[in-house]
Amino acid sequence: MKAYLTRRYRFSASHRLNSDSMSAEENQSVYGKCNNPHGHGHNYALEVTVSGQVEAKTGMVCNLMDLDSFVQEHIVYRFDHQNLNTMAEFRTAVPTTENLCIEIYNILQKRFQHASVEKVRMEETMLNSFEYAGGREIRN
Amino acid sequence: MVHLTRKAEFSASHYYHNDEFTAEENQRIFGKCNNPNGHGHNYTLEVTVKGQVDPRSGFVVDLKQLKEIMNREVIEAMDHRHLNKEVPEFRSHIPTTENIAISIWNRLKPKLKVAELHRVRVYETPDLFVDFYGEA
Repeated sequence: MKAYLTRRYRFSASHRLNSDSMSAEENQSVYGKCNNPHGHGHNYALEVTVSGQVEAKTGMVCNLMDLDSFVQEHIVYRFDHQNLNTMAEFRTAVPTTENLCIEIYNILQKRFQHASVEKVRMEETMLNSFEYAGGREIRN
Repeated sequence: MVHLTRKAEFSASHYYHNDEFTAEENQRIFGKCNNPNGHGHNYTLEVTVKGQVDPRSGFVVDLKQLKEIMNREVIEAMDHRHLNKEVPEFRSHIPTTENIAISIWNRLKPKLKVAELHRVRVYETPDLFVDFYGEA
């Protein structure tokens, strides 16, 4: 039996949305307040969905201890209380939550071995959220 | 096609243990969930059904019927119960969130005549949930 397990994590980070390929006026018009020069922060919620067969011996898709330790080490520790604009990942990409979602999905897809990575969902605030499934259609 | 989701809550206790494992393996694999006297959660269940909207009623499904089926088949069986000891399928299966979702699917699927079961989602806590779509 195939099941999908989703775990929710939280971290806080700051960013400023500004694209080098736009003029100052364009940046201001596209990003509005998010373009303010000194940046601002969010409490992000991250949902990681993994899938797989439910193993008969354990009743699990994957051991939560493995998922939690991976996400803590490779994602939460990396991004929590950072200024996203200063990080190598966002030297060329604007640190929108879209791009953050893709970055986190790629980290999981490349390195997490204990189950299939299905989807990353991020809430930037309580009013907006983003989902990425590596280009596959998002299933709800 | 419209999807409709109904929520319910139940509280239950459980523990994780496999007789095929040694005591040390049980402890290593299941951690605190292996504590022998069990522990409990407030579970939230979301049942999603799908179907065409009936032109006369405007419903995909009569919510009252869906609620009654969920109460009878799931809530009465699991609410304020010890899952390992009181729910028959968990004598042979560990009552993980994955297996609870599968069990609820299997309980509801044969009883739902009015609309097609699409997804069973079980939250063990607000930070952990499992989706089951009836896939092999």
